[in-house]
Amino acid sequence: MIAGGILSYPFMVNAFEAGTIVAVVCGAMGWFMVLRRQTFAGHTLAVVGFPGAAGAILLGISAGIGYVAFCAGAALIIGAAAGTAESPSYQDESALIGTVQAMALALGFLFVGLYHGNLTGLTGLLFGSFLGITRGQVAALLLIGSGAMIALGLIGRRLLYASVDPDVAGAAGLPVRALAIGFLVLLGIAVAEACQITGSLLVFALLVLPPATAQVITGRPAIGIGIGILLGVAVTWAGLVAAFYSPYPPGFYITTFGFGAYVVARVARGINGRRSRAPTAAAAAAGP
Amino acid sequence: MTAEAGTAAVRVRGAAVRFGDRMLWSGVDLDITAGSFVAILGPNGIGKSTLLKAILDLQPLSSGTVTVLGAPAGAERDRIGYVPQRSTFDEGMRIRGIDVVRLGLDGARWGLPLPGSRSRDARLAVRDAIEQVGATGYASRPVGQLSGGEQQRLVIAQALVRRPELLLLDEPLDSLDLANQGSVAALVRQVCRDHGVTVVMVAHDVNPILPYLDQVVYLAGGRALSGSPDDVITSETLTSLYGAPVEVLRTSDGRLVVVGGPEPLSFHTDRHAR
Repeated sequence: MIAGGILSYPFMVNAFEAGTIVAVVCGAMGWFMVLRRQTFAGHTLAVVGFPGAAGAILLGISAGIGYVAFCAGAALIIGAAAGTAESPSYQDESALIGTVQAMALALGFLFVGLYHGNLTGLTGLLFGSFLGITRGQVAALLLIGSGAMIALGLIGRRLLYASVDPDVAGAAGLPVRALAIGFLVLLGIAVAEACQITGSLLVFALLVLPPATAQVITGRPAIGIGIGILLGVAVTWAGLVAAFYSPYPPGFYITTFGFGAYVVARVARGINGRRSRAPTAAAAAAGP
Repeated sequence: MTAEAGTAAVRVRGAAVRFGDRMLWSGVDLDITAGSFVAILGPNGIGKSTLLKAILDLQPLSSGTVTVLGAPAGAERDRIGYVPQRSTFDEGMRIRGIDVVRLGLDGARWGLPLPGSRSRDARLAVRDAIEQVGATGYASRPVGQLSGGEQQRLVIAQALVRRPELLLLDEPLDSLDLANQGSVAALVRQVCRDHGVTVVMVAHDVNPILPYLDQVVYLAGGRALSGSPDDVITSETLTSLYGAPVEVLRTSDGRLVVVGGPEPLSFHTDRHAR
């Protein structure tokens, strides 16, 4: 009944479709990002998306194009600048990435200022909005998102190998560094898509929270990615419904629901772990 | 001395590795007989891991050649298992041990694993490898939560899952307590003996594997010497290799202790040679 009411508005249909596409892409990409401990890089890509979108609006083109161009471009640059094949972590580059982030935020505010600061627009860029999503935007999200998912499907197993065990994967002849750069670009695309729903500052709502929750729940890669995707879709739908009936942006609700799921999963695992650890510890003590 | 082509798993001729203007080692000649258990020994920083990487073709040589399983290094990757030097998987690594082993089997393939007969065969191969290292009891737990010894068994299973003919291990005993050092060493010996796998292990301490070794390669002073443990690990041989007085002592329980000033000294001369 309620859903029927919401879906009688075409802009809400667009928002649900867009949100679903984004949640699926983020669930999969985010799972690898969390596994590879690249959340800081992901966050930077999101912040870089902000001036991209603001600049695109200033130039009179679609914000989506700005997001994708800036996020994927920044991913290429970070990937090229980042360490050697042996170290897929970005700890060494964190200062560099932080610098890029600060500059990106400053540029974004400049572009918004040049546009003669429409504050509602600014809030939308930073915290998400579901009002302005067009059919064309949904089609673009679907096209780009499908491309990214197909690419991830192609490299998925190799990427998992290179993420879990870079040294051994390299010895087996895998191009560990090329995989790292390729993944960052895919991550940039996922971030660019997420920005359009949750805003630049809340991309983690879809990119980190559902996959991180999935990794708390299971250590199985395929099932974990599946849970991440389903959870992302669920919190997105719930967030859109809640935002529809209240004056606050969807990013807030999506984040809150995602965070709630994460906390529940952690607490459940804590209880479970304590229950099962006791006998294990006893067995280990009794062992040889 | 030339070994017959069929019996040499690894053959190194006149190999040298140089980092910038620093010569790590040079003039290395080596024959590793198929089916033998070989240790690469020597002080820290001398290039033991580099020699292993040269065999894997991960480290280019400045000069010389490496032949592995009858082909130039790097050509037969599928027939080699590798366990790199590592600390441990960090605690947050939420991947099951069984998945880590599975990656060793088909992690280099494109696409996603689909259900079917190939997937069934893969599961069986993974189960066998895990059984072989005695890790069945904990292979389904997240690898980050396992002990160092348990993780080491699983990465050995990962290296074994393709049934390699040559197994290269880089300090696999390093982060383990004494009991686990003994049991992992015995496991590697069993793999070597029962399955005919040639094993080359970089080791900092020879004692846990000493009873099992067919051959040792000792790196020191920018050179390498190889032979049976009894021939190589002696005061005379090591003194001439290090170019400094070294004494090999044998304790009452048969352990070997190398004493003298070789480590800081060799590191020092090594750094400034050339």
